[in-house]
Amino acid sequence: MNNKKGIIIAGGLVGIIAVLLVKLGNPANMGFCIACFIRDIAGGIGLHRAEVVQYIRPEIIGLVLGAFSMALINKEFQTKGGSSPFTRFMLGIVVMIGALIFLGCPLRMVLRLAGGDLNALLGLAGFVAGIFVGVVFLNKGFNLKRSYNITKIEGYIFPAVNVGLLVLLVVAPAFLFFSAKGPGSMHAPLAVSLAAGLIVGALAQKTRMCTVGGTRDLILFKDMYLLSGFIAILVAAFAGNMVFGFFKLGFAEQPIAHTDGLWDFLGMAVVGWGSVLLGGCPLRQLILSGEGNTDSVITVMGMLVGAAFAHNFGLASSAAGVTPNGKVAGLICFAFLGLVSYLNSEDLVKKTASEGLSKADAK
Amino acid sequence: MKKIDTCGMSCPQPVLMTKKALGENPEGLDIVVDNSTARGNVERFLKSAGYTATITESGDTFLIEARK
Repeated sequence: MNNKKGIIIAGGLVGIIAVLLVKLGNPANMGFCIACFIRDIAGGIGLHRAEVVQYIRPEIIGLVLGAFSMALINKEFQTKGGSSPFTRFMLGIVVMIGALIFLGCPLRMVLRLAGGDLNALLGLAGFVAGIFVGVVFLNKGFNLKRSYNITKIEGYIFPAVNVGLLVLLVVAPAFLFFSAKGPGSMHAPLAVSLAAGLIVGALAQKTRMCTVGGTRDLILFKDMYLLSGFIAILVAAFAGNMVFGFFKLGFAEQPIAHTDGLWDFLGMAVVGWGSVLLGGCPLRQLILSGEGNTDSVITVMGMLVGAAFAHNFGLASSAAGVTPNGKVAGLICFAFLGLVSYLNSEDLVKKTASEGLSKADAK
Repeated sequence: MKKIDTCGMSCPQPVLMTKKALGENPEGLDIVVDNSTARGNVERFLKSAGYTATITESGDTFLIEARK
């Protein structure tokens, strides 16, 4: 029990900070949303032109730099890469599309639940189902092969890019896009958002917090460590929402959410399944990208591109509902996940996998 | 003593590989991991599986010696 104390406290802090960010200006039930915030950044730098979701979210910058600092302090910064990078890039796109069909990453799903948004219950069911499917393939030998130590410089680039992004945000040159209305225009003061990101980034790095790892480890190893962090976020955010009067129970008219239950389920199933294949949820990918894991950096880049696609091609949902294009994209995501899962599961395609490995080893 | 190398494998592979190797219920197992997340995860799993874990750090890697 004692070893869970750290992650429970950290989860509690994340839940409280998330509610405070809403109090200070973030959109409702969106103190943190890794998918939405990366999407906003994609808009801020003009990769998509959805006018209501464009802002360079300091929370993301803070998360990366908080994790980076904590990893440096604890001597855990390790530059690694080379574990099926392009597969990970594509999975990043897929996870982002799934999240934008549902309207939130797993962290926002928890925050939506904590705000009384019952649509997120269907998302949670889909999330668990997706994780379950991913676990089936893990048990069939799914893996994306090893990563390797690479030059330190490579690992420093992503944190440096985030410093650059912060400079851009402060200077605010005219070529950036900032929403004048809609969710993109709603945000806590820059310094507060940045500080919140730094704190949560450091805590998440220290505790290895991962929303998908919670359910995955419970199914695989009957291990409750990561799940206790997940539950702590939910409980603390719920308490915070009650204190500030943000809690509103129901399905209809929930903030930045739709009521298409089937696609709440399917969108989060894509996110859960894809995240198991990646080895961690969007938050975890961001944290790892701050500690030198360039495979996670590539995944985050995939998410950035996926967010741009989602809005350029009309795949992202809105309060009005799920789009026809989004549904087609969702089905393509499932097909892609199925193929990637099958082809990388060593027990299912023994020959191909071992041949590939022996060729690589022979080099 | 059987030895497995989990270096470079992403979550949850190090624990999964350990679990698989412990399937034959050996008296002991040596596991090499290359990051402290995997070290913590493997150690936690070993304890729940009824093994003791002795950890030695060498350079970038950790050797975890699991014994019954």
